[in-house]
Amino acid sequence: MTERRTIKETIQAYLYLAPALLILGTFSIYPVIRSLLMSFTTVHRRSMEVEEIGLHNYRFLMEDPRFHLALRNTFTFVLGVVPVAIVISLFIAVLLNQKIRGAAFFRSVYFLPFVTSTIAIAMVWSWIFHSNHGILNYFLGFIGIAPRPWIEHPDYAMTALIIMSIWSRLGFNIVILLAGLQTIDKQLYLAARVDGAGVWHRFKAVTAPLLSPSIFFLMVIGVIGGFRVFGEIYALFASGATPLPGPANSALTVVYYVFQRFWDDRNFGLATAAAVVLFVIILIFTLIQFWLGKKLVHYK
Amino acid sequence: MKTINWKDVIKKAVIYLIVGSGALLMIVPFLWMLSSSLQTSHQVNLRPPVWFPNPPQWGNYQRILHYAPYFPRYFLNNIIVASVGTILELSTSILAAFAFSRLKFWGRDVVFYILLATMMIPAEIMLIPNFLTIVRLGWLDTYQALIIPWSASILSIFLLRQFFLGIPDSLSHAAKVDGCRNFRFLWAVMVPLARPALVTIALLSIISSWNAFLWPLIVTNSHNMRTLPLGLALFRGEAGTFFELLMAASVVVVLPMVILFVIMQKHIVASVSRSGLKG
Repeated sequence: MTERRTIKETIQAYLYLAPALLILGTFSIYPVIRSLLMSFTTVHRRSMEVEEIGLHNYRFLMEDPRFHLALRNTFTFVLGVVPVAIVISLFIAVLLNQKIRGAAFFRSVYFLPFVTSTIAIAMVWSWIFHSNHGILNYFLGFIGIAPRPWIEHPDYAMTALIIMSIWSRLGFNIVILLAGLQTIDKQLYLAARVDGAGVWHRFKAVTAPLLSPSIFFLMVIGVIGGFRVFGEIYALFASGATPLPGPANSALTVVYYVFQRFWDDRNFGLATAAAVVLFVIILIFTLIQFWLGKKLVHYK
Repeated sequence: MKTINWKDVIKKAVIYLIVGSGALLMIVPFLWMLSSSLQTSHQVNLRPPVWFPNPPQWGNYQRILHYAPYFPRYFLNNIIVASVGTILELSTSILAAFAFSRLKFWGRDVVFYILLATMMIPAEIMLIPNFLTIVRLGWLDTYQALIIPWSASILSIFLLRQFFLGIPDSLSHAAKVDGCRNFRFLWAVMVPLARPALVTIALLSIISSWNAFLWPLIVTNSHNMRTLPLGLALFRGEAGTFFELLMAASVVVVLPMVILFVIMQKHIVASVSRSGLKG
């Protein structure tokens, strides 16, 4: 292709790009740079004067037990949700792919939470988890499990959050996995069957390797999404009008920490520093996953 | 005569059993939300639970207004923000994708790759500077604050650019011979051809804007500007422990997207597997 770039066409091109670049520049690119700079400052509340304080915010985070708790909770959440959600949805997706009638209907049912507001999801689950009148405790009673204070007690809060989040993520995973499964050549299964491979063996030899790009994609997206959890927590544990990151901060996550430092304490420098740490963690995890992915994922 | 393959029948039955009970677990919270919203404050606490309240308490939906008189306003705000935002996002994406796919200019690849790189950065890191920008612009508690920052999306530009690249060049040459200017060509030829990609962008934009929470939470502070998810979160404080009202309010938030989903199912599922991302 001949690349003939004229001044006229360049000007024209930037006119076409102007609206998008103006908005993305202002609200997506500039704030990233600004955040990095802000994390080395503190803003005085009264005078709004900005003072350079070097690494102070980062040092504070390293010693802040609340931030440590937020990190631990976030890791627990990601570890509790992402692998389990992928395994369950893999199982369901493989079954839905067996040419059963109504597969599209079932897929839609699983997918429903995706279009639903996370706040509304948290509302109905806080009702389901309710310790006295919740239907979860009622149903658990049938199989002899004593009622639990799912959202009122720190020992159960994270479990409740994880259950709800797995439930709400299944549909997205299933849709991605079904799309992946449909690209697998049916001949391969026939060939494996002729060779006498059983169900598990066919899964291991054909499905798993050929589906690994989709699974890998879900891991990356799931981990990133998991680190960013916020709205669900805000609404699930609220008592009255006051939002709570779980009883005794048992569901305080990094984004929630950022929100509190920013919104309640108005400590902009510290809040941005925490957000930068979150970004670095996500980046490291994504890079590790890509590095692992190169070794394990089977691309055609 | 055809013999029944029992092994196959059992296999199918087991699959239906597993997939079906899973689907039941998925749908029960929604049904419980709907059912609770139609019960009396007494029924809602009864165990065993009442699944089909008779008569259904449609009045609960009216009682929302008693505790949260601004709920209709939140609904209107959601519609305004979702529709205007989507139209703007479509416009900025069409224009930018056209430049990236059809025009040759200095800096094209550099600009494009910078944008792609920003797609990897979590939005939370932009939250505080964006809030300060909104304050400085004097946009706090306005529609602009809710709409403008989200009216261009790198993902949408990228999706549309890929689609435009697939449209044969010969069309553009033919149009040039006809004396068709770039903009008219874009509007009259490219845009109609790119309908599937535009539908994808519009659906994802509507869904993510309808359900947005953190951003509206920080840039609005009056009832006039609040959106539905925000109003719902606040409603908890206003309606206290009336779970039938809380569930009715949740139904109001959820229903429009469920209806959209039922109508556009195929498109939404295809959009998600195509783009793989939510907003």
